[in-house]
Amino acid sequence: MLSSATQWFTNELPMIWERFVNAFMPDTLEEFNTIAQSLWGGFLTTLELFAMTLLFALPLGLIISFGSMSKFGPLKYITKVFVWIIRGTPLMLQIFIVFFIPGIVFNNPIFKQDRFLAALITFVINYACYFSEIYRGGIESISVGQYEAGQVLGMTKAQTFFHVVLLQVVKRILAPISNEVITLVKDTSLVRVISVIEIIKVAERFSSQGLLWPLFFTSIYYLVFNGLLTLLFGYIEKKLSYFRA
Amino acid sequence: MELLKVEGIKKSFGRTNVLKGIDFSLEKGEVLAIIGSSGSGKTTLLRCLNFLETPDLGKITVADHVVFDSEDKKRKSSREKRENQLKFGLVFQSFNLFPQYTVHKNITLPAVLALKKQARKEKLSASAKNEAIAEIEKKADALLLQMGLSEKKNSYPCQLSGGQCQRVAIARALALDPEILCFDEPTSALDPELTGEVLRAIKALKGNDHTMVIVTHEMDFARNVADKVIFMADGVIEEVGTPEDVFGAPKSQKLRAFLQKDKDI
Repeated sequence: MLSSATQWFTNELPMIWERFVNAFMPDTLEEFNTIAQSLWGGFLTTLELFAMTLLFALPLGLIISFGSMSKFGPLKYITKVFVWIIRGTPLMLQIFIVFFIPGIVFNNPIFKQDRFLAALITFVINYACYFSEIYRGGIESISVGQYEAGQVLGMTKAQTFFHVVLLQVVKRILAPISNEVITLVKDTSLVRVISVIEIIKVAERFSSQGLLWPLFFTSIYYLVFNGLLTLLFGYIEKKLSYFRA
Repeated sequence: MELLKVEGIKKSFGRTNVLKGIDFSLEKGEVLAIIGSSGSGKTTLLRCLNFLETPDLGKITVADHVVFDSEDKKRKSSREKRENQLKFGLVFQSFNLFPQYTVHKNITLPAVLALKKQARKEKLSASAKNEAIAEIEKKADALLLQMGLSEKKNSYPCQLSGGQCQRVAIARALALDPEILCFDEPTSALDPELTGEVLRAIKALKGNDHTMVIVTHEMDFARNVADKVIFMADGVIEEVGTPEDVFGAPKSQKLRAFLQKDKDI
């Protein structure tokens, strides 16, 4: 019993370690530097998709949330059905649909030249729908008294919304938004299905040649970036802690 | 001179008739207390005066200017709506201060926003705008002094007691110089030991010749401060008169029962 355990430590463990090193460690520092750099190139595409998606989806989500809260029935239900479709189907499928539809339906495959644009459009629409529901929850949770106070003080509806309600909404939705934002960082890896060269697509080129460590190493990029985002959201939360809403 | 005239106000929510025809008038500088049990329609009446509810029928006139008439179907311009709105001020039961702004900014914000909008429209010079803003800020300081809250100027609402919040809300309403200041049960959300400071602040306004409409459950306060008392029951004005009449010699059965219940507690 004791001897077999010793045997495992002296014979098996070094082999496991060696296999581990082969899979996860580059052979030379030079190899590491070259590959880490080309991964970084792919990660820049990831970051670009991430930033552009947020830039357009955050405001678009607000417009969609107004649609789903509209008192005008048709607009409200059209918006709700749209949000249902977008949230109810896989993002990967939506990427394919946006990419192929112009070519199939209009015989004009515009996205063949610019695959990134197809990915970006899909992400903006998809994330705007998720954001819109978070906004709606936040806006509807603000007490009606805030709007009434704005009204009796002679403020317009727009003034009340932008100067009184909005910051309170931001404070309340910060946690769910940070969830979505972190999910977005990781969802960008889906765009490789239409051959947008983001970080995982770059790593897959190496793994198809038998070099596995770059694929596993991509996790470090995601982890570091999401760590920074977590710190950023913590900072904003602290900045907004001076009032209670 | 009649400042406020309310005629034939009716309001129902679905099948519930909350107000069944309300008529009263108020002189300038008078204080009106509206009393009555929960569900009698007091708060709905006050909300109708402040355009938070639209009456189904009736007419409201302020200083010979019709601010609401159910017969008049013409759409009002937003400017006219705002002017009518600002003839009234309202202090809410739950204060409704803006939590993200300091006490001082709570008071100045509505006027400053209106000024900025006007400045954009009329292309006011920057110096004229800054002068007007300084004026608004000076007035807020004076109101805070009047409410005894000068040291709290830069505090946020969450750092104040309920009584202090309500005094800020009163200052905020006064900052827009309403012709008629309304109070919707201003002490109902407060701890008993805090009601005194708010009631004293309201009482002090009476000396400044403010016209006020106060919906309240504080009978002693109504008796001491009001010039006129309205007792509402089931959506109608059951009895109206001076505090001496209403509290000293109640005529209707319902009012007597209501006052008796208040004494029993």
